[in-house]
Parts: sequence; C-alpha cells; structure tokens
Amino acid sequence: MTGAEIVVRCLQAEGVAYVFGYPGGAVLNIYDEIYKQDQFKHVLVRHEQAAVHAADAYARATGRVGVALVTSGPGATNAITGIATAYMDSIPLVVLTGQVPTAAIGMDAFQEVDTVGISRPCVKHNFLVKDVRELASTIKKAFYIAATGRPGPVVVDIPKDVTQQSCPFEYPAEIRMRSYNPTYRGHAGQIRRAVQMLLEAKRPMIYTGGGVILGDAAEQVTELTRLLGFPVTNTLMGLGGYPAPDPLFLGMLGMHGTFEANMAMQHCDVLLAVGARFDDRVIGNPKHFAKEARRIIHIDVDPSSISKRVKVDVPIVGDVAQVLDEIIRQIKAGSERPDQAALKAWWAQIELWRSQDCLKYERSETVIKPQYVIEKLYEVTGGDAYVTSDVGQHQMWAAQYYPFNKPRRWINSGGLGTMGVGLPYAMGVQLAFPEAKVVCVTGEGSIQMNIQELSTCMQEKLPIKIVLLNNRYLGMVRQWQEFFYEERYAESYVDALPDFVKLAEAYGHVGMTIERPQDVEPALRDAFGKYKDRLVFMNFVTDPHENVYPMIPAGKGLSEMILV
Amino acid sequence: MRHIISLLMENESGALSRVAGLFSARGYNIESLSVAPTEDPTLSRMTIVTRGSDDVIEQITKQLNKLIDVVKVQDLTEGGHIERELMLVKVRASGEHREEMKRMSDIFRGRIIDVTDKTYTIELTGTVSKLNAFLGALESDAILEVVRTGASGIGRGDRIMRV
Ligand SMILES: Cc1ncc(C[n+]2csc(CCOP(=O)(O)OP(=O)(O)O)c2C)c(N)n1
Repeated sequence: MTGAEIVVRCLQAEGVAYVFGYPGGAVLNIYDEIYKQDQFKHVLVRHEQAAVHAADAYARATGRVGVALVTSGPGATNAITGIATAYMDSIPLVVLTGQVPTAAIGMDAFQEVDTVGISRPCVKHNFLVKDVRELASTIKKAFYIAATGRPGPVVVDIPKDVTQQSCPFEYPAEIRMRSYNPTYRGHAGQIRRAVQMLLEAKRPMIYTGGGVILGDAAEQVTELTRLLGFPVTNTLMGLGGYPAPDPLFLGMLGMHGTFEANMAMQHCDVLLAVGARFDDRVIGNPKHFAKEARRIIHIDVDPSSISKRVKVDVPIVGDVAQVLDEIIRQIKAGSERPDQAALKAWWAQIELWRSQDCLKYERSETVIKPQYVIEKLYEVTGGDAYVTSDVGQHQMWAAQYYPFNKPRRWINSGGLGTMGVGLPYAMGVQLAFPEAKVVCVTGEGSIQMNIQELSTCMQEKLPIKIVLLNNRYLGMVRQWQEFFYEERYAESYVDALPDFVKLAEAYGHVGMTIERPQDVEPALRDAFGKYKDRLVFMNFVTDPHENVYPMIPAGKGLSEMILV
Repeated sequence: MRHIISLLMENESGALSRVAGLFSARGYNIESLSVAPTEDPTLSRMTIVTRGSDDVIEQITKQLNKLIDVVKVQDLTEGGHIERELMLVKVRASGEHREEMKRMSDIFRGRIIDVTDKTYTIELTGTVSKLNAFLGALESDAILEVVRTGASGIGRGDRIMRV
C-alpha cells in the first residue's frame, strides 16, 4: 500500500469525519487517494489558516480530534497561526503537512520550509516521517498525543516520496510510549486535604477554566457547586462550565469580568481552581493577587500549570472530571458541611457587589448599542446557539451578554487572541452540527481577516449567521487608546469599509444592514426564520464610542477595575 | 541557585532542539548543556547546568517533563551527586614558560596530550570550579585556546536514573 493510501486509511481508522484542507504539489498523492474514497469528507477552504481554525472549532464543539491537511512551504506557513491558536487553548488537532521529497530536504527546494522547526514552539509535538514503514504508527501516535493529557495540536510532516513508497499497512490498535504517560488519577492524600479545606471555608470561591470544557467536567462542576452552595466563576475559556443563568454563577472573571466575580476572587479565603491557569488576563498582576491571604486548591491535568504564576497550597494533578467525582463522593459520604452562617455572610457581601450591576449600559433609541444586539441574539436563539467570535470588543460583549448554559457552545480564541477565527470557527461547528444554530459574532476588522471563507460557506451550504458589530473602529484598540493614550487614535479607525451587503451577495449569501435599534430584533428573527437555511450576514451599524466595562487595566490587580 | 538537571530522552533527531528551544522560549538560563547517547542507543542522556530560583527550577523540570521525547528528569543537585567536566587548553609553552606550564598542569592533575616547541595542549577534568581555578591560575596571555564540554553529572551511591 502506498504512503498516500496509508494516510487515508489511518484517518478512516480514526473515524475522522471531516478533513479541512487545501491541496498543493507535496500532497497531491494524498489528495488522489482522498478522491477515491468517501468515508470522510474533505472540506476545501480558501486559505490554510482557515482550514486549521475550522478543524480546531470542530474539535472544540465535539470533543473529537480535528484534522487539517495542507501542502508544504506556504501551505504550512499559512497554517501556523491556526496551529498556534489551537496550542494556546489546548485543542486536540492533527495537522498533516506535505514536505518536499526526503532527498530534497535541506536543498532549499521549491516550496520547502522547515515545518518541524517552525511549528515546534506552538505544537504539543511534531514528527517528520522519513520512512513509509513508520507512517501508520506515527499517525496513530499523533492522534493519541493530541487527544490525551492536556490536549494540543500535533503536526505530522510527510515528504512527498514517502506518500509514493509502499509497505504493508497495519494500523496499531494501541500505542504505548515510555516517554509519555499523562497522569489521570489525582493523589488521594491531596484530594482528602482539598475536601477538608473546602469544608472549612468561610469565604469560598470556585474558579473554572477551559480545562473543565476540554475535560468534560461541567457536570461535576455544577454538582459540586450546588452541593456546597458556593459561588462560582468561569474564565473566558471556561464559559458554559457552569450554567450562566444560575444565581450561584457570578459571571466571567478577569480583565472584562464582572465586579462581583473579581471581588469574590480577590477576597475569598479558599479558592478552588479547576482547569484554569491564573493567566494575566484572569488575575491581572500576581503580586496584587497575592496581597490577600487565601488557600488555593488547584486541579489540572498539566503539572506545569500548577504553581506557575501563583503559589498553590493543594496541587492535584489529574483528570479534572475524575478528581471532582472523587471530591463529590467524599463530601457526600461524610456528614460535615460548610459553616452556613459564614457562607450566608459571604453571600450577603457578594450580593452587595452584584448590586452594582456592573454590566448595565446606557440604552439608546437612536443608535444601536452592541450589548443590545447580543441580548437580542440571546432571546431570539433561546440561548441555544453555538456562538463563535473573533477578537475584540465584540468578543467580550458576546461573553458578557450571552449567558451560556452548556459547555462547548462558546468557541473563541482566548489564549492567542487571533482575529480572523470567527468565520472558520463557525464553519467547523456548523459542519459538526448541521441542524444547530451557529452564530459568528465579529467586528469589521476581524471578519476581513478571513472573509474569503464566505466562498467555502457557499460551497458547503452552511447556514451560518454572521453578527457583525460594525463600529468602524478596531474597537478594542480604540478603547485602549482612549484610556491609556490620551485619545490618540493611531490607525484604529477603519476607513473604506466594503459594502458588506453587496459583499455577502457577491458570494451568494443574504446580506442586511441594520441601522436602527428597533430593527435589530426583526433582522435577527428573519435571519433565523425566513433565511434559516441561508448564510445571513447582518451588518449592525453600532455606536462607535461604546467601551467594554468593567475593565482591569493590564498589570493592575483584580480589585482595580474601571467601572462605567 | 545553580542546579544540575539530568535527563534521559529519546535519541530522536530534533529532541535536542526541543530542549534548547524550551529554554530560549521561556527565558531560562543555560550555563552548559552536554548530551550523548547512552549504552542503550535509543536513549540520550543530557546534563543541563542552569541557574534560577526554586520556582523557576520547578517550572524547568515540569516543562522538561512535558516534552514528549523526554523520558526522565532529575535535579541532581537535590541529592548527593558528582559532576565532571572535560577541558582542553592550548597554552603558550616557550622559553621560561615551558617548565612553569608543566608544573601548573601537574598541580591540577592535568595531562599534556599534545606538544609543539611553542605550545602544550593540556587535558583536565574536574568540577566546573576546578577548571575555572586552573584557568584563573594561568596568565591570560598564555592561554591560546579553550574547549570545554560542559558538566556531566551522576547521582552518588544508589541514586540511579534509568528507564
Ligand atoms: C491577528 C491579530 N492582529 C491584531 C490583533 C490586535 N487586536 C486585538 S482586538 C483588535 C481590534 C479588533 O477590531 P474589530 O474586529 O473591528 O472588533 P471590535 O474590537 O471593534 O469589536 C486588534 C487589532 C489581534 N488580536 N489579532
């Protein structure tokens, strides 16, 4: 069997449903084999970056490994942003890249680039396959590494001659690696200490991140939170880890988190952190964070996430769902419960913070407020949509004003903050769930970073709804310039925008421009009603001066928020 | 604090660059790094000498462990250990210097392994500080060339690192 056939057979054996890709010389043998089969579908994107983003979103929404296929040289370099984006958010991906023939490697051959070298700092692991006999086992390893432990992208670089050579095919049923054994079971002693600490808490707080989504532990987080009656917050990556409409939920925390979540985080005495990594956008300045004494329990599958930015008292390395199950079991088995009087006083304090109503905004009859669009979007979709977003103010408003009820519904680039992910993310999700409502919330800056994918959406007949919050500014940049650069708006005004309606129509989709607040809801209703089966591009012309509040300036502490 | 970190890793092409890349990407300091295959040709043993606070060293060992090609990591400085480095020094050895050089080499238990009428090449092994001391004892214009391997380390007694 040829190497190209082996690649295809491996993907089939892994049960891959979609491969997102773009052909080129180095991968033509593989494409020829894809042509001859119909077990998985290949989705032809319009730029390799989008192939990786779409595969990434497919993985985020389904929990399965996403797969992308690109050619050597420029195909691989175009894929890098997608790979780095997935890496920062720990998304399981296998990216197959073509490479020049083995004899040409190092010769500055046409379309040669050192893919293993370029991708090394932004992959969980990568491989260059030099011998066709190692192809199947390498692909098997790639899927195994991508999906286990702390997930991440794995690149498999395949020279063209390897796809031509032949050998017998055998797909290993199982893989064992002496150098890679992720820990799943939490340390029993540490779990006991954690339970004790939780029961002793007077001002407890539960803080969960993307690890809860990736580790399918939302159910456990919900059960534990309700069992104890503790307040809970989610990071940007963790939204949906606890049902947002619930009163125990304090909203998102961090730079644009709620007042109550950030204050509770700062002033709690026992903090349970689950699948979260105390990053700079979440706790701000670690020195300020450390000013208040609190004991921290940290559960994470990745030991290097623990005690990296913040010293932890009870580290628990393991699968978050398993560890939480064990904590819940022990609490239920015992009779001890947290001090109810203390908890009541703590909740009274939290309610006081909550009564600030930090997400209130000035409503308007004349100009469309971006927050209002998201609120209406929530209503019209019944809170049941998959929402992808790009990066900027619109991303934060989507996170703040669309309360996510379930995990894997909120798909965005939290770690790398990659503008341009929104539309390809929506493609990956819509393909995974053809019947679902899939919305891409975006800005006029971000959408233009992968606008060419409107063409892919046409080819695949994807009924995505694009909600463009068009403020004519690179809004988040403008906001920083307003706050920190004395309103010198250097290159943040976006002049010469295209006519988005005509643009959408040119690609064969439905376009709308909405300029008045009273037209917001009818437009959304049309999009999800009359035009249910079409891609609808809604260009909402919004208040250009609106800012995202609350805001913690970079480098400041959690209680140093700018409120409206 | 100075730490000596020992690793066993898969003897794969690119494994070394993963380790070196990790140190540069995360801004960790490398004082020296030495690597070679072990008695098992599929495994390489690496010794890294680095400096950092306890927190940094903890992160370094965790991050090294996270590399897929790394099989084992040990901070040798946490227990009894021995370190040795090999150095080759070419020195000026003419006129009245010649006798003096021979004497210095003997004092430090070096061996003269190559000779011309103007130079000696001295081989010296020892701890990093012993090698430094030797260089310090020479007049700087007497030193023509220095080659050092970087430290290799091993645990004392029953302290064994293997797969
Ligand atoms: C690829 C990339 N380039 C630059 C940035 C920096 N950046 C962050 S937000 C932002 C502005 C985004 O503007 P827009 O998409 O219009 O959204 P808005 O903030 O106006 O809602 C920029 C330029 C980024 N995150 N990603």
